[in-house]
Amino acid sequence: MHKIESKNVNFYYGENQALHDISLSMKTNTVTALIGPSGCGKSTYLRLLNRMNDLIDNTQMSGSILIDGNDIYAKNTNVDDLRKNVGMVFQKPNPFPKTIYENVAYGLRVNGITDKKLIEERVITSIEQVALWDEVKDKLKKSAFELSGGQQQRLCIARALAIKPSVLLMDEPTSALDPISTSKIEELIYELKNKYTIVIVTHNMQQAGRISDTTAFFYMGELIEHDTTKTIFTKPAIKQTEDYITGRFG
Amino acid sequence: MKTNLKQIKEKVIESILMLSSAATSITVILIVFFLFIEGAGVFSKKPIEDGFLLAVAADNPVKKLEPSQIKDIFDQKIKNWKEVGGKDEAIVLFRTSDISQYYTDEELGENFEYFPAKINELIAKTPGIVAFFSDKYKAKDFKGRELDIDRIKVFEFLSGEEWFPTAQPIAQMGVKPLIYGTLWVSFGAILLALPIGLAAAIYLSEIAKKRTRSLLKPLIELLAGIPSVVYGFFGLVVIVPLIQSLFNLPVGETALAGSVVLAIMALPTIITISEDAMRNTPRAMKEASLALGASQWQTIYKVVIPYSASGITAGAILGIGRAIGETMAVLMVTGNAAVIPKSFLAPVRTIPATIAAELGEAPNGGLHYEALFALGCILFLITFGINMLVEMVTNKQSHKKH
Repeated sequence: MHKIESKNVNFYYGENQALHDISLSMKTNTVTALIGPSGCGKSTYLRLLNRMNDLIDNTQMSGSILIDGNDIYAKNTNVDDLRKNVGMVFQKPNPFPKTIYENVAYGLRVNGITDKKLIEERVITSIEQVALWDEVKDKLKKSAFELSGGQQQRLCIARALAIKPSVLLMDEPTSALDPISTSKIEELIYELKNKYTIVIVTHNMQQAGRISDTTAFFYMGELIEHDTTKTIFTKPAIKQTEDYITGRFG
Repeated sequence: MKTNLKQIKEKVIESILMLSSAATSITVILIVFFLFIEGAGVFSKKPIEDGFLLAVAADNPVKKLEPSQIKDIFDQKIKNWKEVGGKDEAIVLFRTSDISQYYTDEELGENFEYFPAKINELIAKTPGIVAFFSDKYKAKDFKGRELDIDRIKVFEFLSGEEWFPTAQPIAQMGVKPLIYGTLWVSFGAILLALPIGLAAAIYLSEIAKKRTRSLLKPLIELLAGIPSVVYGFFGLVVIVPLIQSLFNLPVGETALAGSVVLAIMALPTIITISEDAMRNTPRAMKEASLALGASQWQTIYKVVIPYSASGITAGAILGIGRAIGETMAVLMVTGNAAVIPKSFLAPVRTIPATIAAELGEAPNGGLHYEALFALGCILFLITFGINMLVEMVTNKQSHKKH
């Protein structure tokens, strides 16, 4: 069974159709890379998976998206619970103006966890999970803004992991980072794959090639091709995909 | 040649700009200077009406009295000279109108031409007398002694509990009831306006759809443009009768009425400034919170409100600032009784309302006139303090962001 299954998804910003009939499925504990030129709809699609687009006025969606077999756009879906299960990491590191500790504890607190011991335990494991513990263990009470960009992004990943999601959405998580921080996050994604189903939007072809199991190519709001990363990068079935990957357009 | 002309042009523009700012600053400084010079006059004058005097018998050992003592004497709270450090002698009060108790009209003459002589005589033969009369009735061979009166002290001015600047013989210049009145009305206003304003700001910035917002926002901003006298009129016609019937009061012109009107007037300031602050919360922060499974409400009070706290504070303080300085609307609805209010349902009088109501009847340069300027100084200091507070709060905010 697929972890995430979208069927005939159309999405509109006002009059403007951003996604055309997207049907895309992802298996449990895999990394799926969404690639394509800017404005192709890959971020829009990603943000549909945790209903982040609900925040935008005057949008419309049709089709269905199932996660673990449940329609996340069904009327009885609790959006807060959905987002707890489907974590998200954003393009620019966006820690809260709070301490490092409180940043990670935030998700636990808003989800009603009050047991201090449990919170502390989860904060520590989450920070360890993103290999940040050694760097921040002495300054947990300091502002998260004192960390470097790469550290902040890993903190944001830790923050997402703390509430134990099963899916992790990443919207160009390394585009604002230097190469060393980027490689750290790529390693991290590789490890996290064992436990989480990861969907990552990236503009970096090499990155997609390095970390993903399957790759989906979006163009002009349509899903052109979705296959294993190996196939997409070596013998794509469609000419457009090949042109994009080899850098002939986009 | 051409560059030269350009340079001259720029110099001219530069000096015009400099002059405008210099003119503005100088005007502000002059106004404040003028206010304080005029206001200080009240502390250098005797609190007795110009051209009047208080006289006692020549052998009365009491030389000088404080304004409050004189008031108590004329209110007959002090009845014996020994209470103010004199001999054991009952105090006999004399006002000009009391003359008929001692002398007949014939004795005073057709045009009161014997008035000075008679007063002189009366003072000479009444050891316990204290006489208040116009100095045009002071005889040339005056046998009594003019009583010296202490000037009003700053502390007395601030802590005095009675405001009656036209009282005779001694003007009562206690501003405490007016300060209290101002603070009560403003405090009540902020108590009413802050929750409503905050609620409206949250609704507008976080919940309302774009279209609702674009309809409501200009409407709220329109509130700020309504002349205050119109608010006063509205308060007088709608709120005052409402309060009167709601609380079953003899009159509806109360501190509460003033607070309600001021709250309505402060709302646009509070709403606009806090809403702007809330909308400045980065979208990334809100999305981060929501993506962690926080509900919209959790996001509002855990992310949006803390992030915009200093903006909200600034809005609230500016709202109070407007409320404290507001004159017309308050004057119209608060009943204007210069007494220390015991409840929100009692009439009060604020500082600005006092200045507006009394300046017209205060003789230019007189004690009353100067007392009103001193009130202006107090008001200035309060609002100045408030502005400093806003400055500090908003500075803190800009530190936080960088």
